Amino acid sequence: MSNPQQLRYSKEHEWLSVAEDGVSTVGITEFAANALGDVVYAQLPEVGDTVTAGETCGELESTKSVSDLYAPVTGEVVEANQDVVDDPSLVNSAPFEGGWLFKVRVTDEPADLLSADEYTEFSGS
Amino acid sequence: MSSNAPRLTALDALHRSLGATMTDFAGWDMPLRYGSERDEHLAVRTRAGLFDLSHMGEITVTGPQAAALLNHALVGNIASVGVGRARYTMICREDGGILDDLIVYRLAENEYMVVANASNAQVVLDALAERAAGFDALVRDDRDAYALIAVQGPESPGILKSLTDADLDGLKYYAGLPGTVAGVPALIARTGYTGEDGFELFVAPSDAEKLWQALTDAGAPVGLVPCGLSCRDTLRLEAGMPLYGHELTTSLTPFDAGLGRVVKFEKEGDFVGRAALQEAASRAEENPPRVLVGLVAEGRRVPRAGYPVVADGKVIGEVTSGAPSPTLGKPIAMAYVDAAHAAPGTAGVGVDIRGSHEPYEVVALPFYKRQK
Repeated sequence: MSNPQQLRYSKEHEWLSVAEDGVSTVGITEFAANALGDVVYAQLPEVGDTVTAGETCGELESTKSVSDLYAPVTGEVVEANQDVVDDPSLVNSAPFEGGWLFKVRVTDEPADLLSADEYTEFSGS
Repeated sequence: MSSNAPRLTALDALHRSLGATMTDFAGWDMPLRYGSERDEHLAVRTRAGLFDLSHMGEITVTGPQAAALLNHALVGNIASVGVGRARYTMICREDGGILDDLIVYRLAENEYMVVANASNAQVVLDALAERAAGFDALVRDDRDAYALIAVQGPESPGILKSLTDADLDGLKYYAGLPGTVAGVPALIARTGYTGEDGFELFVAPSDAEKLWQALTDAGAPVGLVPCGLSCRDTLRLEAGMPLYGHELTTSLTPFDAGLGRVVKFEKEGDFVGRAALQEAASRAEENPPRVLVGLVAEGRRVPRAGYPVVADGKVIGEVTSGAPSPTLGKPIAMAYVDAAHAAPGTAGVGVDIRGSHEPYEVVALPFYKRQK
C-alpha cells in the first residue's frame, strides 16, 4: 500500500488534503481501513459542526469493533460524504478517493501532522 | 521465547503466506481474516470455506469406565452415544455454573474424544482429571496431537468426496469416523459451527499443511476460500449458536441459558452439579429466567456484547453477541431479556448503543437456517 505524497497525516491515521480556498478533505488511511476490517457504519460530523483537532467527531463501525473518528484539524464542517453514509464499504475500497469522510474549513491545524514518508514510517505501512 | 508468546498452529506459516490478519485468541495466534470477512462469510453460505481450528482442545478419554466417567463428569448422557456419533454437551460446576460447552465424539466402545473451547481447554482437562478419581478410565491431554481443519459450506461434501474413499453419504450430521483424506489419516466429523453442512478433520499436525493444500486445490473450482475467526463468529451468530464467554458463563446454568435440554437427569448414576441443576430446573419452571432471543436492528448501528437492552426507558436485558449480519444485511444480536419481553414481535424493544436507544425487533433464534 502507498500513502499519497500530496496528503498530510495524523497519528490517529486520518489523512488531510492541502486546503483549497481554506477547505481540506479528511479521510482515514488505507492502513487504518485495513486494520478496521469491513466498515459497516459511519457516523460523520454534520455540516455546520465545529470539530477540534485531536477530538472525536464521529465513529466508524466495523464487523468486530467501533472506532472513534478524530478530527485532524480544527474548523467548521462544510460537507459530509453521503456516499460513505450510504455505502460504508467505500472506506475500505477507496480510502484515499471515494471513501473520503468530510470536508472542513480549517481554522487551526496542529504542527505535528506528518508527511507521507513520515506517516509510512510511523505506521509501518 | 517467553512463556507468554502466543502458540502457533501447524498452519502458521501458511496463514502468513496467504496474507492473513492474525489475532490473539485464547493464547493462540490465529487468522482473523484473509481478505474481507464479509466475503469469507458469504463464501461459506453459498460455496465453501476452509478454517484452521487447531486452537480447539482435544482430550481423549479411554478405558473400561470411560463412559461412566463422562456420565459423571458431564451433564449429558454420554453412555448412550453410539460409536461413530457425536453429542453436544456441557461440563458444569457443582453449583451448576457452566464450565464449558463441548462436543464429545465416541470413537470406539471405550474411547471418546472431548473437544473443548480453546479458552477453557485447561479447565476442562483439569476437571476431567479430577473427576476421574475412582473410575477405571484414563484422561489424556491430546491438544498437541491434533491439528483441526474445517471445511464448511454447501460445496463441502463434493470437495471432500474428491479426496476420500470414506462413506460420506453414510456419515450423518453429528457423526465422526476415522478415514483417509488426501492420503492423510483423519478423524472425519460431520460437525461445525457455521450453520452449514460441513466437516471437521482432526489430523496430525505434521499432516495439516498437506491436507490444507489438497482441500484448497480441490475446492478452488467451486469457489472455496480460506476463512478466519471473524467470519466464524458472524456465521455462528446467524445460526444462533452460543459462544462460551458470551452466551455461556460460569454464572449461568444450562437452564438459565435456555439449554436445559442438554441436562439428562434420567441417566444412571450421580453427576457433578445434579442437585444444583435440579434446583435450577424447578426455579426456571416457576419463575422464567431471562430468555436468549434474537434482535434485528431497524437501523444500521451495531449492538455489542454488554450493551443494555431497553424498553420503556428501563433495562430489560443485555446483549451477549452482536455483529452486522452479512446474510440479513442488518445488524443482529443475541441477548438475554426478561421473559415479559422475549416473545418474537414484542414491540418497543431497543438497544442502548452508546447512549442512544436504537429500535430492535425481537425474533426467534436462529436468524439463519440452511435449506436441507
